[in-house]
Amino acid sequence: MPEPKSCLFNLDKDRSNLIKALQLTQESEGYISDQAVHQISDYFTIPPVDVEGVLSFYTQFKRTKPGKYIIAVCDGTACHIKGSSLVANWITDFLDIKSGETSNDGLFSLETVACLGCCSLAPVISINGKVFGNLDRKKLLKVLKKYQQMGKHD
Amino acid sequence: MIKRIKIGTGSCGLAAGAGEVYDFFKENIKDIEIIGVGCIGHCYAEPLIEVETDRESVFYEKVEPTQVFIDKIRNLDEESRLGFRPERREREMLKVTRLAGRIDPTSIDEYIENGGYSALKKALKMPPIDVVNEVKLSGLRGRGGAGFPTGLKWSFLHTKKSPEKVLICNADEGDPGAFMDRSLMESVPHQILEGMLIAAHATGATRIFIYCRAEYPLAIKHLKTAIDQIVKHGLNQIGDRKPTIQIKEGAGAFVCGEETAMIHSLEGSRGTPRFRPPYPTDSGFKGLPTMINNVETFANIPIIINESGAEFVKIGTEKSKGTKLFALAGDLKYPGLVEVPMGITLGEVVYEIGGVEKDSVKAVQIGGPSGGCIPAEHFDVRIDYDSLESLGAIMGSGGLIFIGQNRCMVETARYFLDFTARESCGKCTFCRIGTKRMLETLERITHGKGMPEDIEFLEDLGSKIIKGSLCGLGQSAPNPVLTTLRYYRHEYERHVADKRCDALVCNDLVRVFIDKSNCIECGLCIKNCPVNAISDNYVIDDTICTRCNSCIEVCPKHTIARIAGGNTGV
Ligand SMILES: Cc1cc2nc3c(=O)[nH]c(=O)nc-3n(C[C@H](O)[C@H](O)[C@H](O)COP(=O)(O)O)c2cc1C
Ligand code: FES
Repeated sequence: MPEPKSCLFNLDKDRSNLIKALQLTQESEGYISDQAVHQISDYFTIPPVDVEGVLSFYTQFKRTKPGKYIIAVCDGTACHIKGSSLVANWITDFLDIKSGETSNDGLFSLETVACLGCCSLAPVISINGKVFGNLDRKKLLKVLKKYQQMGKHD
Repeated sequence: MIKRIKIGTGSCGLAAGAGEVYDFFKENIKDIEIIGVGCIGHCYAEPLIEVETDRESVFYEKVEPTQVFIDKIRNLDEESRLGFRPERREREMLKVTRLAGRIDPTSIDEYIENGGYSALKKALKMPPIDVVNEVKLSGLRGRGGAGFPTGLKWSFLHTKKSPEKVLICNADEGDPGAFMDRSLMESVPHQILEGMLIAAHATGATRIFIYCRAEYPLAIKHLKTAIDQIVKHGLNQIGDRKPTIQIKEGAGAFVCGEETAMIHSLEGSRGTPRFRPPYPTDSGFKGLPTMINNVETFANIPIIINESGAEFVKIGTEKSKGTKLFALAGDLKYPGLVEVPMGITLGEVVYEIGGVEKDSVKAVQIGGPSGGCIPAEHFDVRIDYDSLESLGAIMGSGGLIFIGQNRCMVETARYFLDFTARESCGKCTFCRIGTKRMLETLERITHGKGMPEDIEFLEDLGSKIIKGSLCGLGQSAPNPVLTTLRYYRHEYERHVADKRCDALVCNDLVRVFIDKSNCIECGLCIKNCPVNAISDNYVIDDTICTRCNSCIEVCPKHTIARIAGGNTGV
């Protein structure tokens, strides 16, 4: 039987905490591995298929390991109107990854999200939660280059 | 003399660079108190600060983390002050957002000093049914979209006999392009909690959940701090009981904003809606009587209790009372958050508050993916639940997206369908497959492969999806398509019949063209083209070009543009 995860120790074993458990796991490991699915299923004494069923419903959960920097391109209404598809294309061209992919060096993952709540600064992206607004191509490439540098240095 | 400097460090402020300003000011100003506050709604001016002197408050916009700016502030420089435009000031009515961005959201003391929790105190002295009746009298309708009378909903839960009752605050704000609830949670978390505690008293609730989308980390942080503070202050004591208060983070599913789906999600299951009845107030979270209200709805409650329902009812129209928050975004000069009385015309919000020129916006999208587009010729419509519905739109939660003349309505409709098709939980066939078919049809049209019968097909299928879906997602998903078909049919017809996108948005119907007469042959476009589509003599190969606009953005002479025509051979 797999060891329960340390990040779950304080969680009440009520089924209503299942999503919280998945969130805590993803927070500490970056994604939900097969092993984690089994650990969580044991923790709540529910079948693994139930865990899989729940996690596949919610777009937040990842089943593969993401890059060091997760770039989220906002495709909310405001950002879409202001050209978020161009922004996504520019990122794809620059880093050679499409939405849902991770770069070969493991540095960047690209995903599309709906509205980061900063619509007044559209178009926006966020990188590991930090939001960059009012983007044009030049500004975007500057941000990406900065993260590329940072990623290489540590 | 300067007493204090308040820096707007809500999500929008931080995205504009307020974090750097905050750090720099903290480092370099030691003699004045500096605090971070939420959002005052003027997002176009971020980073934005308020300087409190012993006599007045002065605002500065587009603040930079520099010593020069600090000196300006110390001298209360007149020039760089933010002038609040009278067009907006005269029309706004700050009630729910009275304290937003003006007080430290992490300080309960400051909230109390400004009248906070006085409504709770007052309510606790009233019998619960009196509180319910006060809310009924106010005429408040739910701000989450459907506009259900709040007092009536409260009375349902109030009359339920059960040892445990559940209250849920809907903070999922799934409508992409809306940020009212985020702003309230970040700026005045205590006001929402106060509303919830009053509701707990009125309805007899024993458990409180706040279901907040995970994309709002700052809102969650501020709410957590606020909950700890009220527990410490003993403010969660409602008569002889202490309701538990818990925050639950959503996991990225739009449909979980629907109340029965939200309950399933809270129970740890897939967030699929179910048939109603039974209504949540009869059987909700784990079978317990459960009531769900939106963030803004709760934030209105302290005002109603403080001022009385009879006072509240004076604002607004016959069937829509009070004020409403709107998040303005898209093609406008002054994006931000505004609070206006119900009954104001849409035109006043668009032209006066949004500051757009006449004729520069062609439509406003209201109510997000469930709502509709309202064209400029209907901007004289009054903002209330019923008037908006008569135009095929809905009040929704309050997202107002300005759509400029240079946008394509077909593409916009396709965007919304793409959203709802992806977010459909899959339970109802019409919603799951119907939205997919509509999306494919719209994609065909925007790709220049539309057929004449497509337009009628969209209308027909749209009305069937509305009838054949269980929850509000499917029932409203076709709205963006149906309203654009109603008001912008000619744009659809242009795409289908002439293979033209007059707004030059749809990539397959445009090409990118270099006007050689102005070209200085600087080579920037060639260098920046990610797919090497531009030849040495400055001609773009249409078959390679992805229409990414990179060359247009870098051209110093602005001599590259999108023009009609494209891959479809027209
Ligand atoms: C697909 C869908 C998404 C919804 N999303 C939200 C939301 O994000 N926030 C919200 O407050 N209400 C949302 N609602 C409305 C809720 O179901 C519910 O009517 C509301 O929370 C009730 O609160 P109120 O009476 O205070 O408005 C949504 C409804 C549907 C059908
Ligand atoms: S639409 Fe992009 S932040 Fe809201």
